[in-house]
Amino acid sequence: MFTNLTHLITGAADLAAAFLFMYGLKRMSSPVSAPSGIRVAGFGMLVAILANFLAVFTVDPAAKPHLPVNIILAVVALLLGASVAWFKGRTVAMTEMPQMVAIYNGLGGGAAGAIAAVELYGNKTHGATQLLLALLGGLIGAVSLSGSVIAWAKLDEVLKKPLRFPGQRYLNAAVLFAALVVAGYIVFTLQQGGAALLPMATLLSIFFGLTLLVGILVTLPIGGADMPVVISIYNAATGLAVGFDGYVIQDPALMIAGMVVGAAGTLLTLLMAKAMNRSVSNVLFSNFGEISKKKRGKMKGSEKPVEASDAGIFMRYAASVIIIPGYGLAVAQAQEKLYEFVKLLQAAGVKVRFAVHPVAGRMPGQMDVLLAEAGVPYDLIFQLDDINGDFANTDVALVIGANDVVNPAARTDKSSPIYGMPILNADKAKKVYVVKRGQGKGYSGIENELFYEDNCFMVYGDAQAVLVKMIESVRGLGAAAA
Amino acid sequence: MNFQIALTGFAALYIFMLAAFGGWVIIGNVPAILHTPLMSGSNFVHGIVVVGGLYALLNASTVTEQTIGFFAVLMGAGNVAGGYAVTDRMLAMFKTSGSHAPHKRTHKKPALKKV
Repeated sequence: MFTNLTHLITGAADLAAAFLFMYGLKRMSSPVSAPSGIRVAGFGMLVAILANFLAVFTVDPAAKPHLPVNIILAVVALLLGASVAWFKGRTVAMTEMPQMVAIYNGLGGGAAGAIAAVELYGNKTHGATQLLLALLGGLIGAVSLSGSVIAWAKLDEVLKKPLRFPGQRYLNAAVLFAALVVAGYIVFTLQQGGAALLPMATLLSIFFGLTLLVGILVTLPIGGADMPVVISIYNAATGLAVGFDGYVIQDPALMIAGMVVGAAGTLLTLLMAKAMNRSVSNVLFSNFGEISKKKRGKMKGSEKPVEASDAGIFMRYAASVIIIPGYGLAVAQAQEKLYEFVKLLQAAGVKVRFAVHPVAGRMPGQMDVLLAEAGVPYDLIFQLDDINGDFANTDVALVIGANDVVNPAARTDKSSPIYGMPILNADKAKKVYVVKRGQGKGYSGIENELFYEDNCFMVYGDAQAVLVKMIESVRGLGAAAA
Repeated sequence: MNFQIALTGFAALYIFMLAAFGGWVIIGNVPAILHTPLMSGSNFVHGIVVVGGLYALLNASTVTEQTIGFFAVLMGAGNVAGGYAVTDRMLAMFKTSGSHAPHKRTHKKPALKKV
């Protein structure tokens, strides 16, 4: 009777959680309702975690004597994991968000792999389907864990260069194949009931070791610029692993939430790859950096430097300005200074808008977040398709810390590695100012033709320092007039 | 009445199919401005894995199972708490020109690395 009541409560809580997750994600897909969306999903999570603690009343008979120890372990793990991650998530700088998403996703993948491991080591799976899904969930979870850790290391610049060597793909394929062979042998032995060559625990350890190795090997050769797509893939993969784990332990909340994230993450991956003009297979299997190392022709014309104060005054008397922010702006932590400058221009009657490229920053949408953090209202922020037609009748395009996303080579130069990527047509504006730390190439190491165009002028210097000078020059005008 | 459910065979396939379809449709028309928060938000949602970790740990009967189960809960809890913290922070920053409520700063920005 009591057992049945427990099942009723956890069943109802899981149902509520599944609904709240989907409703929360739905609300998260519009900026107006998004903040409430995460709270809805968070409430669902709380309900599910609390209700599932009732599992203490329905544990396996074999686990009964260990229950007090297990409860203590569970509470310690919950509090420790949650408090460390919560603190880190609250304090990390917004620019380091991609790394954080990577590491939290890796933790989820690791947890999914570990659950599969507990079920497998304890030989608790019933039937071939559960066994197969436990192995599959373990494989995907472990790959997601080690892959996400490498992705984090690359974004955090612990690992600086992509590691590539000849025959890499064959090695990766061989290791994955070996993991699958071990998995196949485990299924065969457990289903046939015969004696294995090695103890089952050893076989499982080899299996998990190989799968962790697959994640590392697959992620190592991928360049930093492609990391957002990779993280998104691992996010979807973790969802899938969680869904399979849900089947193994017969928990519908895990099955539904995992599969929702698996599908949503897959779509998000495709959207991101499309925005970067890269196919997913291209990201995973081609070496982006190698193409750009090719010797490229000398550029025509020269880069024309201009003083920050002159540029600032020119914009003060312009009718319209479109600002194109890039990651360099965030590195210089100049978003707030930029918005201060924008408010000055607005006060002088200049029409100012922000044009954000889908892959500005290190992750699609990250620049929107960084601007929002500085207080820029999101109705001033325009996406590529909505604003690209407006550059031709705009006085000034101000490019700050962005490079590849305004490179006209993407439209014209078939040999360029970014050929075909949609870019912001900054070059079409009457005048272009580019704020840049110095002469040099962008994140992808490609020369930018825009800098040599006749209507383009370079403002060299740290974005923060340049903006301070621009603000001073415009303020100086106001003081002179008064 | 028995409330224990068995989700095997076609029942499980139906759940997987409908959930996948639901996830696909929900994300379908999201503006690019929300891509990062949404990736982070869906990352939070798969933090439900912590519930599976609790189940595995509470039913553990050997030291191996207890150890792995402990790490499952530890990592799952990190996924949930961290995922919620960063998503909530990102989403709290969206506002229109019309709203004048000043954004509350919850942190100090640590120095950035040069790239």
